[in-house]
Amino acid sequence: MVVPSLKLQDLIEEIRGARTQAQEREVIQKECAHIRASFRDGDPMLRHQQLAKLLYVHMLGYPAHFGQMECLKLIASSRFTDKRVGYLGAMLLLDERHDAHLLITNSIKNDLSQGIQPVQGLALCTLSTMGSAEMCRDLATEVEKLLLQPSPYVRKKAILTAVHMIRKVPELSNVFLPPCAKLLHERHHGKAVGLPILCFRSVDKRIENWTGTPAYRRRVAHIHRHTRSRLLPLAPPFTSPTLTPGILLGTVTLITELCERSPEALRHFRKVVPQLAQILQTLVTTGYSTEHSISGVNDPFLQVQILHLLRILGRNHEESSETMNDLLAQVATNTDTSRNAGNAVLFETVLTIMDIRSTAGLRVLAVNILGRFLHNSDRNIRYVALTSLLRLVQSDHSAVQRHRPTVVECLQETDASLSRRALELSLALVNGSNVRAMMQELQAFLESCPPDLRADCASGILLAAERFAPTKRWHIDTILHVLTTAGTHVRDDAVANLTQLIGGAQELHAYSVRRLYNALAEDISQQPLVQVAAWCIGEYGDLLLEGNFEEIEPLQVEEEEVLALLEKVLQSHMSLPATRGYALTALMKLSTRLRGDNNRIRQVVSIYGSCLDMELQQRAVEYDTLFRKYDHMRAAILEKMPLVERGGPQVDEEAKERKEAAQLSEVAPAPTESQASQLLDLLDLLDGASGNAQHPPLLDPSPGGALVHLLDLPCAPPPPAPIPDLKVFEREGVQLNLSFIRSPENPALLLIIITATNSSESDVTHFICQAAVPKSLQLQLQAPSGNTVPARGGLPITQLFRILNPNKAPLRLKLRLTYNHFGQSVQEIFEVNNLPVESWQ
Amino acid sequence: MIKAILIFNNHGKPRLSKFYQPYSEDTQQQIIRETFHLVSKRDENVCNFLEGGLLIGGSDNKLIYRHYATLYFVFCVDSSESELGILDLIQVFVETLDKCFENVCELDLIFHVDKVHNILAEMVMGGMVLETNMNEIVTQIDAQNKLEKSEVRMENAIIKEGSQHDDNLRMICSFHCLSFSITL
Repeated sequence: MVVPSLKLQDLIEEIRGARTQAQEREVIQKECAHIRASFRDGDPMLRHQQLAKLLYVHMLGYPAHFGQMECLKLIASSRFTDKRVGYLGAMLLLDERHDAHLLITNSIKNDLSQGIQPVQGLALCTLSTMGSAEMCRDLATEVEKLLLQPSPYVRKKAILTAVHMIRKVPELSNVFLPPCAKLLHERHHGKAVGLPILCFRSVDKRIENWTGTPAYRRRVAHIHRHTRSRLLPLAPPFTSPTLTPGILLGTVTLITELCERSPEALRHFRKVVPQLAQILQTLVTTGYSTEHSISGVNDPFLQVQILHLLRILGRNHEESSETMNDLLAQVATNTDTSRNAGNAVLFETVLTIMDIRSTAGLRVLAVNILGRFLHNSDRNIRYVALTSLLRLVQSDHSAVQRHRPTVVECLQETDASLSRRALELSLALVNGSNVRAMMQELQAFLESCPPDLRADCASGILLAAERFAPTKRWHIDTILHVLTTAGTHVRDDAVANLTQLIGGAQELHAYSVRRLYNALAEDISQQPLVQVAAWCIGEYGDLLLEGNFEEIEPLQVEEEEVLALLEKVLQSHMSLPATRGYALTALMKLSTRLRGDNNRIRQVVSIYGSCLDMELQQRAVEYDTLFRKYDHMRAAILEKMPLVERGGPQVDEEAKERKEAAQLSEVAPAPTESQASQLLDLLDLLDGASGNAQHPPLLDPSPGGALVHLLDLPCAPPPPAPIPDLKVFEREGVQLNLSFIRSPENPALLLIIITATNSSESDVTHFICQAAVPKSLQLQLQAPSGNTVPARGGLPITQLFRILNPNKAPLRLKLRLTYNHFGQSVQEIFEVNNLPVESWQ
Repeated sequence: MIKAILIFNNHGKPRLSKFYQPYSEDTQQQIIRETFHLVSKRDENVCNFLEGGLLIGGSDNKLIYRHYATLYFVFCVDSSESELGILDLIQVFVETLDKCFENVCELDLIFHVDKVHNILAEMVMGGMVLETNMNEIVTQIDAQNKLEKSEVRMENAIIKEGSQHDDNLRMICSFHCLSFSITL
C-alpha cells in the first residue's frame, strides 16, 4: 500500500515550519521513511519526486545514501525528467568512493551515444563531476567522439569532460591531444570536420575578425545563423543560436591542463601562441560577442584563461615570450580598469608578464600596475595586488621597493587579510638601507596591530633585525622593544638569541643589563622578557650595581632590591617553570657577583630544594650542595658564560660566506620531532642499541665539564689542522665532500664541514643530510646553509657537524642523504669508514 | 579549479552545496559549517577573499564570496583560478538566477534548489567554468524545461485517452519525447 506522500514543496514548507531542531529531525525522519517505502514499492513514475525530496534532505545534512540505487534506476529511465533528477542525484550522492558509482558507467555510455543533446549534456556534466579513473578510462573514446560533434552545446561540455579525464587519468592526454589541437585550429582557419559545418565555420571566422558596423554585423550574424539552421536540418533543438566562445574557453582550459601535465604537450602548443595572441588581440580591440561582455569588458573569462595559458607557454621560453610581449603591453594599456572585470584581466596580464621572459620595461610596467592597484578604492584589488607583490618581491626586488611607502600605508588597513599581507610584504622589503625607517613603522604597527598578527609581526621584526641590524646597540634595543610590547607573542628562541647577542657585545653589557632591569621592574608578566632580564642580571649583576656607563644615569639600585625583584619573579604565579629556573640561576650567580653576604640567596635556594617542580628542585639542590660542600669552587663554576658560536676566527674562515645562513639557522626552529626520531633510528643502526642523541643546550645555566669545552672552543684561535678532504658520495653529478678541522686546544672536538655540489643539469632540491656516530661520541648537527643546490655547479650547500670524541675512539660516520633530483626523490644511507686517522687520533 | 560552491543564508542554513571533489557527507557538512563560521564573522567592508578552512584544503585554497541580502555565495577555489574572475563569475551566477526566477530571493532558492543546480550545471562543470553568457544559459535551461513539460503533457494526454497505466505507456511516452526532441 502506498500512502500518498508529500510533494517537494510541501515537505520544504513543513521543514521550515519546524520550530526546533528536534522537530525538524522528526519531520525529516518521517519523510525519509516514506521515501524509503515508496522507493521499495511505490509508483516508479513518481520516483523522481521522491528523489528530489531526498536530495533536499541531503543538503540539510541528513543521511541519504539509500537513494543511490534510485539514482541508477532514474538514469536508466528513458524519460528526460527522470534522467535530470537521476543525474543530479548521482552527482550529489555518489562518488568514486562508493562502488555503486561504476554501475552508471553503462548508462552514461548509452546516453552519450544516443545523440539527444540535453541528455548528452547531463551525462557529460555528471561524468566530469564524479567520474572516477576507472570510468574515465571506459568512456574516453565516447567523449573523444563528442569533441568533434557539430553541436557546440555538447562539444563544450565534452571538452571540459576531457579536462576532468586528464586530471583523473593523465595517460589519457594522448587521446585528447590531437582533437584538441584540431579544435583550436579549425576555429581559426575555417577548416571543418564535416561538410555541413564547413560553410558556417568560415562565416564564423569572418564574423570574428570583423570590423563592420554593429548593425551590419548583426545582419550577417543573423543570415549566418539562418544558414546554419538550414545546413543542419537534423540539428537537434539545443544548437545554440549564437556563436559559442564557450568552446574556445573550454579548449583553452583543456590545452592549459595538457600543458601543465606534459612537457611534450607544452612544446606542441607553443606553436599556437600566435593564434592565441590573435584571439586575445581581437578580444581586446574589437568586440565579437556583446553577450559575453561583463561591465564593458569583452569576455573577461576567456581573456583571463588565455592569459593564463600564455603564461604557461611563455614560461622559460624566449621565443614564445617574445611573441607575446607586444600584445601583453597592449592589453596592459588598453584595458578599462574602472570595473572589476577589467581589473581581473589586467591583473592576469601582470601575472603573465612577470612569469614569462618579458622585457625589463614590461616588468616595470607590470609592477607599476600593481602599485596603482594599491591605491584602488576596491579592497579586493588591493588584496590581489599585495598578494602578487609579495610573490614578486624576490625576483623584482627593486621594482617592488619603489612602492614601499604605499605598502607601509596599507599596514593601517582595517581589513585583517589586507594588513596581514601588507605586513608580510613590508617585512620582505626591509633591507640594509631602509632598516631603521622600516623598523620604526613596523614597531608602531606592532603596538597597534590586531592580536592575531602580533606573533607574526614580532617574529618578523626579530628576523629582520637579525639580518640587517646596523649596530649591536640598535639590535638590542629593537629586540627589547619587541619583548616589552609583544613579549608573550615571540617564539621561544628569541630569548636565546637575545642572550647570545648581549653576551657577544661586551661593551653593551652594562647598558643592556640596566635597560633590562628597568623593564623587569616595570613588568614581570612578559615571560621572554623576564627570562632575558633574569639571565642578564645573573651574568652581569656586578655591572648593574657599579659599572660606569656614560650614556645612562648611573642607576641607584641596592643589592637588596635586585634580590627582591628576582624573588618576586620566583614567586609570581605568572612565571613559567622555565622562567623560575632562569631566576633561580640568576640568584645563584649573583652570589658571586654581589659583595654582601649570601644568606638571603642561600635561604631562597634551600627553600626551592623542596619545590614541586622537578627541574627547579634539582637545580636548587645542586646549588645548595655547591654552597655547602664545594664553596671553594663556587666562584669558578659560576663564572660568566663563555661566548657561544660567535667570534671564533677559525669558524669565521669558512663561515664568512655562510654568515647570513648561519644567522638564519640560529633562528630556525630546532629539528622537528620526526627528524629527531629519524636520527635516533640512524643511531640505532649504528650501535645496535638505542642511544640518545645529545644536543648540548645552548644556554645551560650549570655547564658540565665537557660542555664547557665545547662552548669554549670558538674563543681559541687554533691553526687549521692539515687533514685531507674526503669525497664520500657521488651520483649523477651530485657530490658530497667532507673537510675536517681539529683544534689543537681542544683535541676532543672535530669539526666536519660537508659540502654538497651539483654539476648535473637539474637542480637538487629538498636536500637533507643526517649523520650518526658511535655511541661513545657526541654529534651535533648545525643547520645547513640551504636545501637546494642549483644545477651546473650552483652555490653548494654546506653544513657543519661538531663531533666530540674525548676518548679518541675510532671514528665512523653514518650518513643519510635524501633529496629530489630529476624529479625523483633519492635516499641514500651509507657508512663512511675510511675517515682519515688524523680526524680522531 | 573550483572545489566547491556553497550558498547559505545569514544563519548558516545551506541553500545549495555542490562539491567538485569527493568528500564524505559528514565532511561536507563540516565544511559548510566551517565556511559559514569563517565568512559570517567578517565585516561588510572587508575584502571578499579569505584563506580556505582546514577541511577544504588549507592555504592553497581560497574562499571567494559575495554577500547578497540574506545569502552568502561562496566559491572555494584553488590557486590556479583568478580571484577577481571568480568574483565576476558569482555576479554572473546571481544575475542568471535573477533572470530565471525574476527577482530572485532566498525563497526561490529554497523551493527550487533543483533548478538552481541545473542552472549552475550550465555554468560550471566539473569545477571548471563552462559558460558565462547569461542568455545562452537561460536558453538551455528554458529548452530543458520545455522538454520536461512536453513529456508531462504527452503522458497526461495518453492517460486521458484511456490507455492503461502500465509499462507500455512509459515506452510510448519516451518514444514521443524523443521524437519531439529531435523535431523541435
